[in-house]
Amino acid sequence: MHAVLSATGVLTVAFLVVPIAIVVPLGFSASPYLEFPPAGFSLQWYARYFASATWMAATWLSTQIALGTTALALAIGVPAAFGLVRSPVRGKGLLLAFFMAPIIVPYIVTAIAVYFVFARVGLLGHPLGLLAAHTLLAVPKVVVIVAAALKGFDRTLERASQSLGAGPWTTFWRVTYPGIRPAVVTAALFAFLTSFDEIILSMFITGPSAVTLPKLMWDAVRLEIDPTIAAASSLLIAVAILILGTMEALRRKAAVRVPVA
Amino acid sequence: MSGRALRRWLPVAPALVFLAVFFVYPLVRMLVLSLAAAEGPFAYYAAILTSPVYLTVLWLTFKTALGVTVLCVVLGVPTAYLLASVSGTWRNVLLAAVALPFLTSILIRTYAWMALLGRAGVVNQVLQWTGLTVGPIRLMHNEFGVYVGMVHVLLPFMVLPVYSVMSGIDPRLPRAAASLGATPRRALSTVFLPLALPGIASGALLVFLIAIGFYITPALLGGPRQVMISNLVEVQVIELLQWGFGSALAFVLLAATLVLMALFDRFLGLERLTV
Repeated sequence: MHAVLSATGVLTVAFLVVPIAIVVPLGFSASPYLEFPPAGFSLQWYARYFASATWMAATWLSTQIALGTTALALAIGVPAAFGLVRSPVRGKGLLLAFFMAPIIVPYIVTAIAVYFVFARVGLLGHPLGLLAAHTLLAVPKVVVIVAAALKGFDRTLERASQSLGAGPWTTFWRVTYPGIRPAVVTAALFAFLTSFDEIILSMFITGPSAVTLPKLMWDAVRLEIDPTIAAASSLLIAVAILILGTMEALRRKAAVRVPVA
Repeated sequence: MSGRALRRWLPVAPALVFLAVFFVYPLVRMLVLSLAAAEGPFAYYAAILTSPVYLTVLWLTFKTALGVTVLCVVLGVPTAYLLASVSGTWRNVLLAAVALPFLTSILIRTYAWMALLGRAGVVNQVLQWTGLTVGPIRLMHNEFGVYVGMVHVLLPFMVLPVYSVMSGIDPRLPRAAASLGATPRRALSTVFLPLALPGIASGALLVFLIAIGFYITPALLGGPRQVMISNLVEVQVIELLQWGFGSALAFVLLAATLVLMALFDRFLGLERLTV
């Protein structure tokens, strides 16, 4: 039984990784079609990606919105996590459920609800609309990650700091924050990725003047399969690997719990 | 509100306000739209629950989510077991292999499957090259494609919670069973797997919950007959401009999700949503 379970596990891991591994060589193909094995090696699709004003504009817009989302989600989510764990407020279970709701409610439901409101106030196709929508999906992840770290934080350290004469501000920056920094950095990475990869809400609220990278890829995938998408995908996979590596390094320093939803 | 109460609520206030404006308000407006049918407040809902077309889509969504969940349990539990039974470098490599798809955009993963399963895709080329098939066979724009794509996206949601529970099981327990004469198979099935059951249950419920709201995979890998509720919502709102009816459909999906989530919280606890 051990052998059967392990063999199934190995095959499943292969099933998970192979499709991602196959996209990368496709981006280096010399052929104008998707062919495997790729007919020869060429950098033409990467060249086309970097030379295309449309792809570059989408990449730049996605980067800006993802950075904005990260900042805003941290500014809203970190204090919320503190309140959730430390403030003596009532109904914390309900509060946690409420904070997590945007990633539990199906994205399509949130997408059309936001679409209706943005259509009325003229935020459709506006980068600020994208920023607000992406922040909505990033805040729950920030709250969950930072709250889990705060729950595991030993508060006697803070009391020791204060008994030694440090004020609350000094205690926060010199004792509390260094303790939860791995979680805050992980939360920032999750927030960035949430925005950078977001497609469902973006599909509804982007306009011709503000096309994000995933929206452009979505349109490209539906119209024709051109290896430029494989080149763009490979670059996004590289970003994911970079972020995964950073998270792993952080996890080695301190136990960081991350949301699975 | 007294000054002290205000101070207590201050840290959570920005998040509460943000969610109220960009989440609760839009949902309330959508609820109002869904109840604004000319024929009476519940006319849209009645139409959904009496029309064979919409009932078929609801049934198909449910059936697909259930099938995908079963496949995720069958494949995900052994994977979590494998992760928990190796150690050191291998464990890190395997964990990274499960986490990388989890961090890669769903769009890229679906695109990868299109490149693999298309008429001129990798799988068809290999099949013809090896002589297993003569011409290309249909691997996507059908039920098969949707299942493959959805299982691929949802497997990490199964593997990670189960692994988290399995790696916390005291290794002395199966060993104690063995010392009392249990065969390895018996120790696994009567000691180890029952202890992992809460993880398996939360993984399965989570997969089912996410699966019923799927949009991207059925839209790209499915055919005209693999329409799920989310796809129907999009068609109603964007293509047919039936905002009210689309809202009602979205609320049916939302209600199903909330019921499942309440069950999850009641029996497993929301804390299980982290690993």
